[in-house]
Amino acid sequence: MSVTTDQAEPTPTTTAAAAPYVDPVRRGALRRRGRRNLVVSAVSLVVVVVSSAVVIANASGWPAVQAAFFNPEEFRQYFPDVLAAFWLNIRMFLVAEPVILVLALGIALIRGTRSPVMFPLRLAATVYTDVFRGVPTILLVLLLGLGVPALNISGIPTDPVIWGVVALIVSYSAYVAEVFRAGIESVHPSQRAAARSLGLSSVQSSRYVILPQAIRRVVPPLLNDFISLQKDTALVSVIGPIEALRQAQIDGAENFTFTPYVIAAVLFIALTVPMTRFADWLNARAARERGAGGSA
Amino acid sequence: MTSPLLAVETVHKAYDDNAVLRGLDLSVDAHEVVVLIGASGSGKSTLLRCVNGLEPIDAGRIVLDGELEVTALDADLDVVRRRVGIVFQSFNLFPHRRVIDNITLAPRKVLGKSKTDAEQHAHELLTSFGLSDKANDYPDRLSGGQQQRVAIVRALAMDPELMLFDEITSALDPQLVGEVLDVVRGLSEAGMTILMATHEMAFAQESADRVCFLDGGVVLEEGPPEQVFGEARESRTRDFLARVRAR
Repeated sequence: MSVTTDQAEPTPTTTAAAAPYVDPVRRGALRRRGRRNLVVSAVSLVVVVVSSAVVIANASGWPAVQAAFFNPEEFRQYFPDVLAAFWLNIRMFLVAEPVILVLALGIALIRGTRSPVMFPLRLAATVYTDVFRGVPTILLVLLLGLGVPALNISGIPTDPVIWGVVALIVSYSAYVAEVFRAGIESVHPSQRAAARSLGLSSVQSSRYVILPQAIRRVVPPLLNDFISLQKDTALVSVIGPIEALRQAQIDGAENFTFTPYVIAAVLFIALTVPMTRFADWLNARAARERGAGGSA
Repeated sequence: MTSPLLAVETVHKAYDDNAVLRGLDLSVDAHEVVVLIGASGSGKSTLLRCVNGLEPIDAGRIVLDGELEVTALDADLDVVRRRVGIVFQSFNLFPHRRVIDNITLAPRKVLGKSKTDAEQHAHELLTSFGLSDKANDYPDRLSGGQQQRVAIVRALAMDPELMLFDEITSALDPQLVGEVLDVVRGLSEAGMTILMATHEMAFAQESADRVCFLDGGVVLEEGPPEQVFGEARESRTRDFLARVRAR
């Protein structure tokens, strides 16, 4: 079919690039206000930092705390130890994260099905999210890490690291499944109608139209959950594996010092801060896109 | 006697307790342009959604080309939708796909066309609708009129036998209505069969082969535009037209 329309494109209102005009008096006032704000925030920052430092340094317990928590010598001494143990946290995180993503997306998709044949799976997925979101993660680590190896089933691994990671996966996949489900439900039903009206099947509509939009929307909240997961790898220490927190405990006990804890904290912060900034940046970008109102 | 391309036979459709269609009859012949008019809530959109199988009906039948019963309980709606295109008031383009990918998605995944074939066809359609330079843009870069024209192209890319237009200009700024209606006019001149719900009375008057006035869930009055607009039999039709023209 060939149809021609000689309809002219609607010309956008392009005004010649004239420099925007701002009243010089207003401009000067705004500049002065900007400079004043900068000075005020700098002064207030200095006042807060200095006064807190003075209060802490004058506290009667400060010398003891400084010796226990912030001993530079011990920091240098134990840092390599704790850093080596921290590698286990990173590995646990790297293994858990992709499994959580896949499992959670599967659970969310199952919960979104309508077919009666899928009812048992749908029920199982609902129970799974209800139960494992309800149990504290540390309790899951204890139950799986101590309980399953105790069953003495041949062929089942007894390494507590494995069961710790499984506990993290179980707990977080229940959370992340709900994030995915919220994302899927946030895509307007008219998108599915449009896809189906073109002859795409239900599965094709989900795969090519709904899911790509849903996943894009849930990336910022997912990053949040993964920042949380990075920290929660420390929970696995309760069943024995020597990761950063456990190593800090061991080192600290050796010498009655808490400085190794500070080392562990610094390492976790070094890992999570870049991810937090990235999540903030993504959130801001998403907000900008919504604000621009590119609705279709 | 040949059967009409679309036959709607005593169709009933209610949303909960709200009966929208109450035994509606309508037929559309091949190459005919039929325009549905009527107040908001008179069932124009519901009828179009039922024809495309997007809404299940409660009673009656909708038959395509005398052989495919859209409303059969075991109907393969994906087959129906390959033959019947629909364009919505709110465009409903896929915001995460470029214009060209919006258009080629269904031909590739449903008709099994190769990427090259589908894109070639899409480019031909875009060119004939004056959109050739928009192929690689995302929908939110386009004006409302351009988005709606892309939505029409996307439906046409499936080579439908029947096009349904559901108030496709109602969400547009007034100065953008013309470019979209020109597309519909072009399609009708090319022989496309069209069933269209609209509030654009001037367009209906000039381009429709037949105008149907929906009221109370049935086609209360139908006929050539000059008759319906000029000398309507029913007082409710005359009231409706008077109200619309008074705006």
